Amino acid sequence: MEELVYTQLNETVYQETLDNGLKVFLLSKPEMAKTFGIFTTNYGSIDQTFTPIGKSEKVTVPEGIAHFLEHKLFEKEDRDVFQDFTRLGASANAFTSFTKTAYLFSATSQIDKNVQTLLDFVQDPYFSEESVEKEKGIIAQEIRMYDDQPDWRSFFGTIQSLYHDHPVKVDIAGTVDSIQKITKDDLYTCYETFYHPSNMVLFVAGNIEPESMMTMIRDNQVKKEFPDAPEINRSYPEEPASAAKKEHSITMPVTTAKAMVGVKENVDGLTGEELVRGELLSGMILDYYFSRSGVFYEELYKNDLIDDSFQFETELDRQFGFTILGGDSRKPDEMASRIKEMLHELKEQRISDEDFTRMKRKKIGQFMRAMNSLEFIANQFTHYHTLGTDLFEVLPIIESLTADDAEEYLQHWLKEDAITVFQVKPQANA
Amino acid sequence: MKITEETLLEKEGYRLHILPSKKYKTITIVAKFKAPLKREGITERALLPHVLQKATNNHPNVRSLQSAFENLYGTALSSDGSKKGENHVISFRMEVVNEAYLNDQEPILEEAVQLFNEVLFDPKTEGEGFDSSIVDREKQTLEQKITSIKDDKMSYANMRLMDHMCKDEPYALHVHGYLEDLETITSEKLYAYYKEMIAKDMLDVYVIGDMDQKAIEKLTDQYFSRKGSTNADDDQVSVTKEVKEAREVIEREEVNQGKLHLGYRTYTKFGDDDYYALQIFNGIFGGFPSSKLFMNVREKHSLAYYAASRFESHKGLLLVFSGVDPKDFDQAKSIILEQMDAMKNGDFTEDQVEETKEQVIHQLQETMDNANGMIEVLYHQMLSGAEMPANELIDNIRKVTKEQVVQMAKKIELDTIYFLTSKEGGES
Repeated sequence: MEELVYTQLNETVYQETLDNGLKVFLLSKPEMAKTFGIFTTNYGSIDQTFTPIGKSEKVTVPEGIAHFLEHKLFEKEDRDVFQDFTRLGASANAFTSFTKTAYLFSATSQIDKNVQTLLDFVQDPYFSEESVEKEKGIIAQEIRMYDDQPDWRSFFGTIQSLYHDHPVKVDIAGTVDSIQKITKDDLYTCYETFYHPSNMVLFVAGNIEPESMMTMIRDNQVKKEFPDAPEINRSYPEEPASAAKKEHSITMPVTTAKAMVGVKENVDGLTGEELVRGELLSGMILDYYFSRSGVFYEELYKNDLIDDSFQFETELDRQFGFTILGGDSRKPDEMASRIKEMLHELKEQRISDEDFTRMKRKKIGQFMRAMNSLEFIANQFTHYHTLGTDLFEVLPIIESLTADDAEEYLQHWLKEDAITVFQVKPQANA
Repeated sequence: MKITEETLLEKEGYRLHILPSKKYKTITIVAKFKAPLKREGITERALLPHVLQKATNNHPNVRSLQSAFENLYGTALSSDGSKKGENHVISFRMEVVNEAYLNDQEPILEEAVQLFNEVLFDPKTEGEGFDSSIVDREKQTLEQKITSIKDDKMSYANMRLMDHMCKDEPYALHVHGYLEDLETITSEKLYAYYKEMIAKDMLDVYVIGDMDQKAIEKLTDQYFSRKGSTNADDDQVSVTKEVKEAREVIEREEVNQGKLHLGYRTYTKFGDDDYYALQIFNGIFGGFPSSKLFMNVREKHSLAYYAASRFESHKGLLLVFSGVDPKDFDQAKSIILEQMDAMKNGDFTEDQVEETKEQVIHQLQETMDNANGMIEVLYHQMLSGAEMPANELIDNIRKVTKEQVVQMAKKIELDTIYFLTSKEGGES
């Protein structure tokens, strides 16, 4: 077990790679009542085409399968795993993103048993035809729920407009039609390929004693047998650098229109640290112009082009990246075209050293606030780890950034054909 | 004494609650202004937090004020209005990085508290009113917010349920305010309301984090004192309505999924002896994924992705909510009603009662790990006059018996079934 000490943050992380390849990280926070554990596989909705373990031919599985599998791991032949956690006084949950599937619990007692339950249920799948059929109704209602949420539709609609073929454009839960095709055998194929311990990370944070916790985890894993794991062979379609659509809109029964400006980010060949650095710089630059202290925000808000719902974000991950700005607007066309102009204008400007320092301080503060949350630490540490970087090294990275770095970042940013505008228009007489 | 090492001090025009804790890398300061929930003034109360956060006399525009917060290591200030039973509470929350974690250990806390003071007590004014351009713009924003509640179907269905169920009770009032009021609100009228609120509302200030108590007291004395204010508690006790007959209300909108919400009366509030039994009741009925609602509506019949219940502690309500296909209304409704009957008939095991206690205790401890969660728990306790330490609270939960849960179930009465469904919904 290796100790990683972060002096300024006053935190220590204990890490070990077990013989079966599982990466384990432990963070002791004895002043907290609770412990949070999260078991993550580096497998998400974009991993649709791959060579199954032990096979030589590529397969393409139905859309929404990673999320479907997440649901089904909770059901065993004789019981529902939620009940196991209930009996241990814990609460459990799971989520699927573009690139990850994660299972988690939080508990204030019986921590060892909860960690074992987490490891055991994820590592012991049971799928049957009957239970797969039963889940289709539940997930269909989950999809329908999202269909009625204009914020989700506008976020996803923007991504769909940015991408031509890449599976990032497919809704994480799939569609009501696509999930009908999922079979028990598909679930096993995906499970066996992506749930090998060498493709997974366990992070436990909270009221724990690292030494004994690591021993317990090691003992749990050594009892289980796993085949040797060859490198996972995933494949993704060729994706042009341009946005798939210049503009697109849908109608929904909303009271106020929504407009989003999306920028497709080029992540080809970037290392994990470069992705993190890019996300930080992009965040700081956008913050400078578009947060409530920014000139662009001020102009847009005063002219009633945006309201409180206005948001922006940059997400860079393996395989894809995007920046999205937008929200509710009474003048969506005007808002979108003005924001597009602003993106070009900011490319030509330099942020002063003083202002850049202010944005750095803001970023450092945001990071410190987030560090109050065990969930944030465990989720993000895992995410950074799978990108090959270290969450707690973000602080020195932020501190090292300069206005020159921002200027340089902007020089390579924003190609005209990588921009899209997506709108949700109110239905007539809604 | 209390749930944690809380120091409670009666100060000039406010009550100070100091909560030392080493859990956080930040210091959180929350100021809560409480007044009776009334139709008159509700829209002003919704508008005020937005106006106050825009500019002060010292930082006369949004950019200048926000830049000042950003320079203090991105100190975050937020505010919200909420109902606590039949009272209205405006909370201002500020979170500032603990200086000990900064490279240069720059003293930012005092500057942050001073800025907080400016926002609350020295907003930008123009003659006898707020800056009118700010008020006009914020009125537009609030107008948009009120009209777009409809876009979030779950919140909208909940609001409609309350509209029907608590029709003649203050509790049905909308915290976002009303469009018709906006037309008559001027910057002078709003400022007059603000002056009254700032002088008369009951003010509680909570400070939580790793800090020096004496230094904090000195800061709050300087920046939160209200000269001449008695800080009286003008508490509005909520009325208890008897249910004569349960009602069913169906409304139609363009939706893919129907929202089925049921409202019950529990006749039990925070601070009552059987409040603990209500917590256990809710846990077994619909509070957790192990509950009857989740297991039956979702797992057994695959009718929904979510089916759950929660209770309103200060008003005595129990609310069930689920998203189902429009055609499944009758089936989902009868399954939910059957689960309530099962609760009344004691159709659950002693083991379930014990497991649920652990879940409820876990939830409470988890809430108390969070700075804002801890403050909410203590504030609830104080308002209901039921202050007790965490271990006593936990003991009381552990003492609940199955019989008490059944008694609680029998007390609960169905008031209103509300269904928001599609225009061409297939339900009968």
